[in-house]
Amino acid sequence: MNFDPRLTNRSFTSVGTRPVRPDGIDKVTGRARYGADFNMAGQLVGRVLRSPHAHAVIRGINTSKAEALPGVKAVITAADLPDLTNGDSAMYDILDNCMARKKALYDGHAVAAVAAIDARTARQALKLIEVDYEVLPHVTDVDEAFQHGAPLINDAVFTEGLEEKPVKPSNVTKRTQYGHGDVHKGFAEADTIVERSFKTEQTHQGYIEPHACVASVSADGMAELWVCTQGPFVYRQHCAQLLGMEASKLRVTSSEIGGGFGGKTHVWAEPVALALSRKAGRPVKLVMTRDEVFRASGPTSATSIDVKIGARKDGTITAAEATLRYSCGPYPGMWAEIGAMTSFACYRLENVKTVGFEVLVNRPKTAAYRAPSAPMAAFAVESAIDELAKKVGIDPVEFRIKNAAQEGTRASYGPVYGPIGIGPTLEAVKNHPHMKAPLAKNQGRGMACGFWFNFGGQTCVDLNIGMDGSVSLAVGTVDVGGSRASLSLVAAEELGIDYSQVKAIVADTSSLGYNDMTDGSRGTFSSSMATISAARNAIKILRERAAQMWDIPVDDVTWEKGHAIAKGEKYGNLSPLSLKEIAAQSGTTGGPIAGHSELVADGAGVSFATHICDIEVDPETGSTRVLRYTVVQDAGKAVHPTYVEGQYQGGAAQGIGWALNEEYIYGKDGRLQNAGFLDYRIPVCSDLPMIDTQILEIPNPNHPYGVRGVGETSIVPPLAAIANAVSNAVGVRMTHIPMSPPRILAALEASASAHDA
Amino acid sequence: MVAVTLWGSLAAVAGGKDKLDIEAKDIRELFRKLAEQYPAFEPFIDRGIAVAIDGTIYRDTWSKELPEGAEIFLLPRLAGG
Repeated sequence: MNFDPRLTNRSFTSVGTRPVRPDGIDKVTGRARYGADFNMAGQLVGRVLRSPHAHAVIRGINTSKAEALPGVKAVITAADLPDLTNGDSAMYDILDNCMARKKALYDGHAVAAVAAIDARTARQALKLIEVDYEVLPHVTDVDEAFQHGAPLINDAVFTEGLEEKPVKPSNVTKRTQYGHGDVHKGFAEADTIVERSFKTEQTHQGYIEPHACVASVSADGMAELWVCTQGPFVYRQHCAQLLGMEASKLRVTSSEIGGGFGGKTHVWAEPVALALSRKAGRPVKLVMTRDEVFRASGPTSATSIDVKIGARKDGTITAAEATLRYSCGPYPGMWAEIGAMTSFACYRLENVKTVGFEVLVNRPKTAAYRAPSAPMAAFAVESAIDELAKKVGIDPVEFRIKNAAQEGTRASYGPVYGPIGIGPTLEAVKNHPHMKAPLAKNQGRGMACGFWFNFGGQTCVDLNIGMDGSVSLAVGTVDVGGSRASLSLVAAEELGIDYSQVKAIVADTSSLGYNDMTDGSRGTFSSSMATISAARNAIKILRERAAQMWDIPVDDVTWEKGHAIAKGEKYGNLSPLSLKEIAAQSGTTGGPIAGHSELVADGAGVSFATHICDIEVDPETGSTRVLRYTVVQDAGKAVHPTYVEGQYQGGAAQGIGWALNEEYIYGKDGRLQNAGFLDYRIPVCSDLPMIDTQILEIPNPNHPYGVRGVGETSIVPPLAAIANAVSNAVGVRMTHIPMSPPRILAALEASASAHDA
Repeated sequence: MVAVTLWGSLAAVAGGKDKLDIEAKDIRELFRKLAEQYPAFEPFIDRGIAVAIDGTIYRDTWSKELPEGAEIFLLPRLAGG
C-alpha cells in the first residue's frame, strides 16, 4: 500500500450532500433480495434439531428413523462436522456452537440437522431423531454462575488472569484489569463518594431479518453460499476451515441485510447448511425461525456491575472504580474486558481502576451487539456520575464538562487521546434547547455520555470506468446502513464527477480481495479510504490516457473537476478532456480503465456521544413514555449526513428498547420463555418520538476526509440517559435494566416502604 | 529504543512489569522481539494485539514505524458490532 491516509484540508462538492441511496427503491418496492429470497434448482429444505435442555450430556443420537423417512436426503450430527480446527480454541467453540458435540450447553443448542424435499418432511424427520440426554444442573444468571459452587459449564476452564494459578475449574474464564493511578489514595481525597451495584439483562440485536442462507456443494468440491451476513469473507474463511475446504473453492455472496448490529458477524447455520448440501449432493436452504434466532444466535451479555466514584467539593473526580461481570454464554469471550476498557473512557481521571470477569452461563454464545459491552458499562458509570453530581451540588452537564477527557488526557484504558469530541458534545448539549424545555408532573430529563473505539481493518476496492464514462465501484464491506451511497459520494468527490455516474455494489468473495467484516463502525471509514485510493489510481491512468490522446508528456496533465487539463501556455489550444471523453477512447489507448486498492485502514478515530432524554412515568402502572430524545455525536466528517443521522437514530431506538422493555427471560428449567417479538418487545414507531440529532464534525486526523465511524457509539448513552430520566421522574435511582413497568413499580414500592419504615 | 506500556493481563505475563524498553523500529519487529523475550506473549499475539501509537490505535499495520519518544501502548484486539 502506498497511500497517505492523513487528513488534508479541502472543500467538498459531493461529500456532505444527501442524494437518494441506490438500494432504496428496491427496498421499498420489495425487489431487494435478502437471505431467504435466493433459490436454486433442486434445493432442499434444511431444519435444525435443537436441545430442549439448558445443560445436558449427549449420550447418543439415533438418526436411522429420520434417514429412512421418504423425502429425507441427508441427516447430520457433529460426526459430519469433524474437528478440523487444529487446536484453534476459538474456532473449536464456533464449531461446537454450530453443532453440539459432547454436551448441549443451552436451550436451543443445535444437535442435529436434516435436509429434505420440503419443510413438512424436514419437520417430520426432526421428530424421528432420537437424542439420549443426561440432563445436568444448569445456571443462567451471571451472578449465580460467578459464585463458587455454581453448576460448572466446562470443567476444563480455569480462570486466567489471577495472581495465583487456580487449582479448581470455574465458570469465570478470565479476569482483566485496566486503569492507572492509585484509587485508594483518590478515594481518600474525595469529599463525596457514590457506590452502587447495577444489573442489565440480556438483550438481542433484534434484527428484522432472521439468519438465512442457501448452500450448494458440488461433487467436485466447489461450493457456493448465498447468505445474509455482515462479513462474507469471514464467513468464507470460517466455513472453509470448519468443513476442510480451500477458501478459494467456496464463493460467498452476501444478500441485502435486514439488520445485523454484530449478530451477523458469526456463523451459526451456514456450516450446517454446507454440510447438509455436501452430504445430500443438492443445494440446501436453511432459514432460522424467529424462535431459533432468539434461542440460538448471539445475544449480548447480561451484566452485573459495581461502581464507586469519588469527587471533591469542587466537582473534580478523585477516583473511579468498577467491577464488571459479563455473561459470555457457554464459551469464553472478552465482553467484560471491553466493558472494563470503555467504562470511564469519557473522563479525565488521575486514579481509575476497572476489573472485568468473563462468566460462562447456560445461554446462547454471546455475540457482538453494536459497541459491544459499552452500553452496560456506561449505564452503571453514567448513573453513578449523575448521582454524584447531584450530591456534590453541581449540574450534571457541568459536572461532566469539568471532568471530561480532552486531547492529551490519558484514557482509562491506557493510551493518551488525540483530538476527541466528548467536550464539544457536552457543550452542544448544554446549549441545546432541549435542555431548557419545561417538564410537567411525572416527567424527568436525563442525559449521559458514551464512548466507542471504532476500528478499521483489511479492505479492498475495485473501481471500473466504463466506456460510457459511468463508474462501477465494487466494495467488500456489506452495506448495513447506506454505505453504497456514501462510497459513491466519495468516488464522485475524488473523480470530480456527479454522484449519479457512480454505481456501487457489494462484491462476492471470488470477485474481490479479502475484506474484514462490516463491524466496529468500519464500513464507511475503511472502504472510503480504499475508494479514495482506488480513485486516485484510476486518475493516474486517466491522465496517462489523456496524455496519449494529446500526444504530450503525462507530467503535463493534471486532473481537475473530472477533467484532464493540459497545463502550460503551450497547450492553450487543448480543451480539457472529460472523464467520459477519455473513457470513450479507452479501447484504443490501452484498454479498460480501472483503479484498484487494497489496504489496511488503521487509525480509526474514537467516537463520543451525549444524549438527552425526556420521559414520563405513570406512577400507578410503572409504564413509561419517551417524550423527547436528542442525540449529539461526533462523526469526524459526515459523508452522507442523512445516513449518519439514521445511525444516530437507530442506535438511540435500540437503546430505548434495551432500557425499557427488552430482556431474555429464562424459567427455572433453563429454557427461554419469550423467544418471539410478542413477548420480547422491541420498540415500534408508535413507541418513539422523532429522535433529534446533531452532527458534530471533529475531523479524524487519520483519514483523508476526517471520517470516523458512526454506527455504534449511538447505542452507548441511551441506557444511562433513560435511567437518569426515569430516576429524575420518580425520585428513585434505577439500577436494573430494563426498567420495565414491574421493575419501576417495585422500585417505587421499595422506596415508599423505606420511607415508611 | 521505545518504551512500551502493557495492559494488565499482558503485564501479568511479563512478571508484573507494565513497561518494557524494546529496540524496535516498527510493530512487526516489536512483536518479534516481545515473543523472543517473553514466549508467553505468543498466544496473545496470535489472538491479536493492537498497538496505540500516541493514542492512535493500529491493529493490522505491522509496518507502522514506532517513532522515538512516542507513547506505545499495547491493547487487546477488540470485537465490534
